[in-house]
Amino acid sequence: MAELAQTTTAATPEGVAAGSPAIRTVELSKRFGKTVALAGLSMTVPRGEVFGFLGPNGAGKTTSVKLLLGLIAPSSGEGWLLGRPIGDLRTRRKIGYLPELFRYQGWLSAREVLTLHCELAPLPRSSWKDEITSALETVGLADRAGDRVGTFSKGMQQRLGLAVALLGEPELVFLDEPTSALDPVGRHDVREIIRGLASRGTAVFLNSHLLSEVEQVCDRVAVVDHGRVIASGTMDQLLSGTTVKVRATGLDREGKAKMAAFGQLDDEGDQLTFTNLKAERVPDLVAAIIALGGRIYEVAPRQQTLEDRFLQLIQDEEDK
Amino acid sequence: MTPALVVARLTVQEASRRRLLLALVIMTLLVVGFSAWGFNKITTVTGSDGSVLPAVQVTLITSQLLIVVTFVYSGVLALSAAVVAGPLISSEVESGLLLSMLARPMRRSEVVIGKWLGLAVLVAIYAAGSALLEIAAVDWATGYVPPHPIELILYVGCEGLALLSLGLLLSTRLSGITGGVIALVAWLMGWVGGVVGDIGVGLQNQAIENVGTISHLILPTDGLWRGAVYAMEPDAVLATLRAAGTIGRANPFSAVDPPPIEFLAWVVVWFAIMLALSIWSFRTREI
Repeated sequence: MAELAQTTTAATPEGVAAGSPAIRTVELSKRFGKTVALAGLSMTVPRGEVFGFLGPNGAGKTTSVKLLLGLIAPSSGEGWLLGRPIGDLRTRRKIGYLPELFRYQGWLSAREVLTLHCELAPLPRSSWKDEITSALETVGLADRAGDRVGTFSKGMQQRLGLAVALLGEPELVFLDEPTSALDPVGRHDVREIIRGLASRGTAVFLNSHLLSEVEQVCDRVAVVDHGRVIASGTMDQLLSGTTVKVRATGLDREGKAKMAAFGQLDDEGDQLTFTNLKAERVPDLVAAIIALGGRIYEVAPRQQTLEDRFLQLIQDEEDK
Repeated sequence: MTPALVVARLTVQEASRRRLLLALVIMTLLVVGFSAWGFNKITTVTGSDGSVLPAVQVTLITSQLLIVVTFVYSGVLALSAAVVAGPLISSEVESGLLLSMLARPMRRSEVVIGKWLGLAVLVAIYAAGSALLEIAAVDWATGYVPPHPIELILYVGCEGLALLSLGLLLSTRLSGITGGVIALVAWLMGWVGGVVGDIGVGLQNQAIENVGTISHLILPTDGLWRGAVYAMEPDAVLATLRAAGTIGRANPFSAVDPPPIEFLAWVVVWFAIMLALSIWSFRTREI
């Protein structure tokens, strides 16, 4: 579980505490009847940080975002955004949000949707034009500004949702699966937008199960499963091990079982993947396979990826 | 503009963009045109001696026919209000449309009030516009104008507004189609409850009469309808009905007296209760 940071807070005229972390939660929990959607989430996300929130489907990621935004009430625990309790209306002026279920008024044009959100934000009317133009250009929808949202593809609607989240230079942006409907170019664009937000000091809470995406942009990540944070830290802290991929034939089930001594084994027939295996043990591994009658075609040690680590963590949880 | 007014404007804008208003205007013009033609026929009906009906008889027939037409019209208004209000909030919750809006600095109560205000404006405009058009058409066709046209419009408009309020409350929890159907059935049951009350009046049975009173309190649409009927009754008809005693009162298409002031006060309270319940229901809903 993520460590709690001790911070001092100083209220700004707008009422949003300037020195406080972007997000802080203490034992935030949510139950839906007998189902535990989130069990005691405690974490701190500093300002300006890109924070990845990972987990398999149904792990409690979207519930966490909705709790933090005050869209649903917690069953227990507390949380603060930008130094103020979750649900505080003044704080919401400083927050951008792209929901997982992104949907906007199909009978409005893209520009009108953005105008509506400028009005609700609320931003000074004099800034609307520039804000909207800038947001549309950032997400690549400038040439479709006057078209009705109902005529947009899903990917374009997601880009529009991103533009909505960017309005008013927010201090904290929640992106819930922001690339689920986007093509590779769109995904690249989103990564650039996230980097741009981080460079101007905006904290980003990135909810995603696209691990390569998270790996590329996040400063820190937390992995959540069954409503609990099962690991968190910087990429370096999480990805300290080496993964070794071995292509070998001639190993029976018994032989593969003996391989477990070298670390967690992902058995895909001739393809064996050992996670968290130190590089100096690779010669021993090769010798052991040969001793068991195996024939080796390839041995490829590489730095552990977030996907390797993620699968390992989820597997560990299932084994408990 | 406050968030509630923004939501109200958006609701009106949506009805306009989705061509709901246009459809209603075209349908209303068609119905008014046909009814004007029909009402005009009354003035050309001839007796066995070949003479046209006397003015008093034309007025009598027109007034009673107008009550029937208005009943159908109020039914269409109730149906429209129920169909439009039923999915008003539930569909936007289910589709996720409200998620990004509710993450803005706005309260859920402002969403409910804004939606109610927007639809109330639409109902008021439609009720006033179409009723005035129908009254003008009947006046042109027969020379008859109901004795209390403004009250008539207010009662019919409030009937639509009551169904809208009930539909909005249901839409905070139920799916659009379920809420719409329940609101519509409630309107029909309210009318049936009023008829049962009439039977009680006719039979001079207090217990059965109370069914009508209670149904008017639970859903005041039928009580408001009786107000609209009273606003359309010419003095001659009222005098005849009063002379008939309890039998004259036992009819869902007649009203001897205007709705009591206590009932009208209750209607105001009822609207407040509906709105308060809608706000509470939506505020406590998980989205």
